[in-house]
Amino acid sequence: MATTDHGVTSAGRARIDARTLRQDRWWLSPLATFVVFAGFVVFATIRAFMGRDYYASPYLSPFYSPCLGDCVEGASDFGQPFAWWPLSAALIILVFPLGFRMTCYYYRKAYYRAFWLSPPACGVAEPHGSYSGETRFPLILQNVHRWFWYAAVLVGLVLTFDTVLAFRPMPAEYAVGDGETSGVHMGLGTLLMIINVVFIWLYTLSCHSCRHIVGGRLRHFSKHPVRYKLWTWVSRLNESHGTWAWYSLFSVAIVDFYIYLLATGVIQDVRFF
Amino acid sequence: MAYDLKMRVWRGDADGGELTDYTVEVSEGEVVLDALHRLQATQTGDLAIRWNCKAGKCGSCSAEVNGRPRLMCMTRLSDFEPSETITVTPMRTFPVIRDLVTDVSFNYEKARELPYAELGPRDADGKRRMMQVDVERGQEFRKCIECYLCQDVCHVVRDHEDNKQHFAGPRFFIRYAELDMHPLDTHDRRKLAQDAAGLGMCNITKCCTEVCPEGIHITDNAIIPMKERVVDRKYDPLVWLGNKIGLRNKDNDGRAEV
Repeated sequence: MATTDHGVTSAGRARIDARTLRQDRWWLSPLATFVVFAGFVVFATIRAFMGRDYYASPYLSPFYSPCLGDCVEGASDFGQPFAWWPLSAALIILVFPLGFRMTCYYYRKAYYRAFWLSPPACGVAEPHGSYSGETRFPLILQNVHRWFWYAAVLVGLVLTFDTVLAFRPMPAEYAVGDGETSGVHMGLGTLLMIINVVFIWLYTLSCHSCRHIVGGRLRHFSKHPVRYKLWTWVSRLNESHGTWAWYSLFSVAIVDFYIYLLATGVIQDVRFF
Repeated sequence: MAYDLKMRVWRGDADGGELTDYTVEVSEGEVVLDALHRLQATQTGDLAIRWNCKAGKCGSCSAEVNGRPRLMCMTRLSDFEPSETITVTPMRTFPVIRDLVTDVSFNYEKARELPYAELGPRDADGKRRMMQVDVERGQEFRKCIECYLCQDVCHVVRDHEDNKQHFAGPRFFIRYAELDMHPLDTHDRRKLAQDAAGLGMCNITKCCTEVCPEGIHITDNAIIPMKERVVDRKYDPLVWLGNKIGLRNKDNDGRAEV
């Protein structure tokens, strides 16, 4: 990619033709981000459009939760108000977590660097001739992040509910021994869902918009001690927001894939009790 | 232990220049600025370098070492292999004056565009009072030494000269944030930050935070909170509705838009 004559080679600046003089492997991080994100997008798109193999009682895939369309029996804990929806039920609900992550301040940094090369890395000239940042459509819509955060809190509550339901007894066909269809159950799926919901909450509550809403907007912490305390907690979580973003991305994919394997009969759930 | 360090230093001025190779004797424990000073003393008496404190506190010796914006006085030679060639150039975002010295007046022009705090009336006893918890949030931003490495690395102006007119840059976003969080200031700078300072141009790719020698969390603690404050004012119907029906954020009382 050639440098532009309005960037680092602008008139008056030190005449250096190289777009960067960095000698480290600056390209590794954006490349890794590109590969992993692209892989997730392909996987999530396939799973979202499949419209099947998302429920293996008592586990419901997070991609399909809450299952509000024409879902399989047992998967719709909140009714089926969109039973008329002709496509996959995941598409009804995925727009909210997708919007939350697309407008997330951490993910923005990651995909602006990895996908749009704006910039690919610090001190590496970007290939674009002009730049307007987030001042125009469509990127001005990044400002609605907090709206997706509100929705993400609701989705988090639903996933928490799903995790509680994952302790339900297994149906008879999954039972591996006498008496295992009654009482509280826990399997590997339950454990994966617990891990997933913890990461989802850490990611959701460490959000920059959450930090602002709980107390960051204030100019006088001294007049709002409770909100100040909440702000300090969220601030602490916020320091690792990027980490939670990655962990929760992996965990949600792993839970979905595990349930897919159960639903297709490839494996059987590992029962703890 | 002394060894011969290979260096490539940009020599020239606004009319042109090039990377020039040198070999200079350096010692263990030295920094890049030491090597350049020895070069200046022994081989290139006319090498132009701006420097002052040699302690990372004056912000004068900003340059780019192996393509990364750094303070030369804080860049240890021990961070590099002795056989490695170290390339030093001036900051590539600002007009060059000569060799490693750049004209950073862009930053002073932006500073002048930023209205200072306008404090409200004093208390009855003639004093002004602020609670510690209210002022300490902005203290982080006071650590800024104005080295302008954040301005240098910011691709909004580094890669787009035409944006300089409409974009204040990360150094001044922390100033906007500091003043907007000031418990006694009566200015509301959100519109100014969005319009005149070009806050919306920032796409939060965090290079400013990565290069800050003072470790200021520029993006997380200043730019993003300012962006969220702008959202409060302009893009959040709930806040607008709250103001309309009287559930307004009383914390903003007494502030006037500038």
